[in-house]
Amino acid sequence: MTSSSHQPLSSPLQHNVVLNVRQLPSYGHGSRSSQWWGIMGFCAAEGTGFVLAFGAYFYLVFINGVWPLSSKPPDIYTSTFHTALMLVSLWPNYLTRKYSEREDLRKVRRYLVIMSVLGTALLALRAFEIALLHTKWDHNAYGSIVWLLLGFHTLHLVTDVVDTIILTVLMFTRHGHGRRFNNIGQNSDYWTFVVAAWIPLYVIVYLFPRW
Amino acid sequence: MTHTLAPHDAALDAVPKPTRLLTGQPAGKPGFRSEADAPPNPRELRDDQVDGPELTARLVRTWGTRRGIIGALSTVDHKIIGKRYIITAFIFLFLGGLAAVVMRMQLARPESGLIGPDLYNQLFTMHGTTMMFLFGVPIGEAFAVFLLPLMLGTRNIAFARLNAYSYYVYLFGGAMIWVAFMLNIGPDVGWFAYVPLSGPEFSPGKRVDFWAQMITFTEVAGIAVAVQVVVTFFKMRAPGMTLDRVPLFVWAELVNAFIIIFALPAVVTASVMLIMDRLVGTHFFNPAEGGDALLYQHLFWFFGHPEVYIIFIPATGWVSAIVVTFSRRQAFGYIPLVLSMIATGFLSFGLWVHHMFTTGLPQLGASFFTASSMLIAIPNGIQIFCWIATLWDGRPVFRTPLLFVMGFFFIFVAGGLSGIMLASVPIDAQVHDTMFVVAHFHYVLIGGNVFPLLGAVYYWFPKFTGRMMSERLGKWHFWLAFIGFNITFFPMHISGLMGMPRRVYTYLPEMGWGNLNLISTLGGVMLFGSFVLFLVNVLVSARRGAVAGPNPWDAGTLEWAASSPPLPQNFDRIPVVTNREPLWAHRNTLPVAAGLSVENREVIISTATSGRADLKESSPEPSIWPFLAAIATTITFIGSIFTPWAIVWGGLPTMITLVGWFWPKGNKEDEA
Repeated sequence: MTSSSHQPLSSPLQHNVVLNVRQLPSYGHGSRSSQWWGIMGFCAAEGTGFVLAFGAYFYLVFINGVWPLSSKPPDIYTSTFHTALMLVSLWPNYLTRKYSEREDLRKVRRYLVIMSVLGTALLALRAFEIALLHTKWDHNAYGSIVWLLLGFHTLHLVTDVVDTIILTVLMFTRHGHGRRFNNIGQNSDYWTFVVAAWIPLYVIVYLFPRW
Repeated sequence: MTHTLAPHDAALDAVPKPTRLLTGQPAGKPGFRSEADAPPNPRELRDDQVDGPELTARLVRTWGTRRGIIGALSTVDHKIIGKRYIITAFIFLFLGGLAAVVMRMQLARPESGLIGPDLYNQLFTMHGTTMMFLFGVPIGEAFAVFLLPLMLGTRNIAFARLNAYSYYVYLFGGAMIWVAFMLNIGPDVGWFAYVPLSGPEFSPGKRVDFWAQMITFTEVAGIAVAVQVVVTFFKMRAPGMTLDRVPLFVWAELVNAFIIIFALPAVVTASVMLIMDRLVGTHFFNPAEGGDALLYQHLFWFFGHPEVYIIFIPATGWVSAIVVTFSRRQAFGYIPLVLSMIATGFLSFGLWVHHMFTTGLPQLGASFFTASSMLIAIPNGIQIFCWIATLWDGRPVFRTPLLFVMGFFFIFVAGGLSGIMLASVPIDAQVHDTMFVVAHFHYVLIGGNVFPLLGAVYYWFPKFTGRMMSERLGKWHFWLAFIGFNITFFPMHISGLMGMPRRVYTYLPEMGWGNLNLISTLGGVMLFGSFVLFLVNVLVSARRGAVAGPNPWDAGTLEWAASSPPLPQNFDRIPVVTNREPLWAHRNTLPVAAGLSVENREVIISTATSGRADLKESSPEPSIWPFLAAIATTITFIGSIFTPWAIVWGGLPTMITLVGWFWPKGNKEDEA
């Protein structure tokens, strides 16, 4: 720096140790861990995707006036059962998270198995649900947006169910300890997001056309 | 050193008691034991036990990247990946620029037969697409990948393997569309690919499908890095770095990351709907079956307007960093600057309809969006005034980086003024789709992004490479670029007002646009020459430039405490921060935290606002899996252009690579 009396530094600065972090925990649960923030970031992005798709749905409703276009609304019984089961799953999901924070391996294994079974059942139900939509993606714009919404959510469902099953297997191996418990907590938080995204979707796709 | 710290600042810079820098909270819930609280392994060497060159050498071994091709593809070092990101984005800038040069040659005289309409359509589409998606979004993130961990005083970016994956996905997506262009299947429907032109009826073939899938690639990469930036910002700051001590550049990258997280899903939704309309017969944009073409425009511009700020906001960060360092004083109006960036971020989501003024919107809607378009000038104005005040009160040193910032002020403000004109519906309706708009947004985008970027390259080049760029060539570069730019784009205001439309491959001599276009082309040649000079400067300086040392500009932020180029571990010990400009506050010795492992990759995780050290998490080891996952993803995405079943059969290998990526490998890092 020509106008400065101070010479640019050419060697590294000396260290003055003012703090020791040796005793800090090697991971933390919930929002203390960096992974939790990452999951929230992806939930924000994907949540925006859901909100925009809902917006597109109502835009098409507004453009068309008549809704649903030339088909009857999708079957309500399977989807209501599906929704109920999703809500029920929140309880074992909560317990999985709770016991993962307590690092109770036996209970975590138990609830992970329950969540894997529930998730698989929900995926099977989803297949029936899609079969009972009473429309196809290429029928008209109504069919297109309904399939888009269901498809987008099913992608989330598959992702989290697969993730849950992998974590369940993992917890039965020698890796099932330590910061894996934290991963389980995050997986539970993501499941909560998958359920939370479903509720408005259920209202929009299944109840709204019946109003 | 001419910047002055008020006397009371000395007391503020005193290092607080450790209790204020640590949370001291165990990981176990009350009443329950956690493995995380186990005392550290006494046999594991920690940095409070070694010092000096031995500490440096051991950390290099722990954090280094292995040699060889597998090592290079497995690296998770944010500096290596950041450098690749920056270089790749620059290559796309040059490719996009070359497309522009060819277009300017074609337009230099009326009825030119240099290239035909089909190639011209592909060229302007590739130019816009490349500049917006392959250069504009990634370049800001690329700088974040390299600089954020250094400026925040940590050793790697959050989710380092995702970072590697994101780079490969970006690279493959960008390469895909340019290869498609070389094979004469480049998109030819404009960078925004409006329906119905881009729909199945008017654009048969695969050109638009490549465009839509390129969006998917770049958006996956873009959102991934945005999440990494947010997490690095909130959880990986050095102890003591409270929110009001975060460098302005880092704030800019945070706001940018949030805009990306909320804006990019819109363009993904639009491009997914488009590709489904084209490939599986959905009817989102088909009015005959209840769809609507304007839905596409709404979704596209809900992304497209924030996109302008995705390009601009990182540049404000570069400007802030350069202005502060070369004014030799702290930023004037730090808090207004931060709040202006956040306000700009929010407002950027309320403007999208001003791109659609000629689509026949309700009057009230148009008025609302005129008002909001003018409103965003306020926070941007505040920023400009704060920078001017900083320079005014400081003792500016006019080195090349600051020259480019000066160029930015002039060009960006001129672009802002024509922007205020365009915000008004009657003017917009008149000059819509003319060269006037082309002039406006090149003033805003080149002025608002490229000039600060070039300044940023001159500024951080010593950190990237350890060598200084030539100051003499730098000044030539600046003046050539500044004059060349204005000669190219100023006449377009006039040719636009004279009625010359955008996106026409030629025009008749009697229109009277010939001279103005010839001037624009001559300016374009000059601008091109300035970039050649820049490239020469970069290549020569990287080999033969003066050796820089850690802090050649005598700057105040933490990246300048690391060596140039930084060693794999960035810092031998993690700094403890007591001031917004830590290196100005502590000139001789750096307060640091000790106690991290020397043998394993550990980073400090701190609390989101007060920056207290909370955990010592492990940071990922190098892995080949992110590269393999990116290959599997690429096969899936490209395959899906040809058959929707690719999602199914491509999904399986993608899943396998992801499991390989996350499955614990049994090394200490994974079991800690």
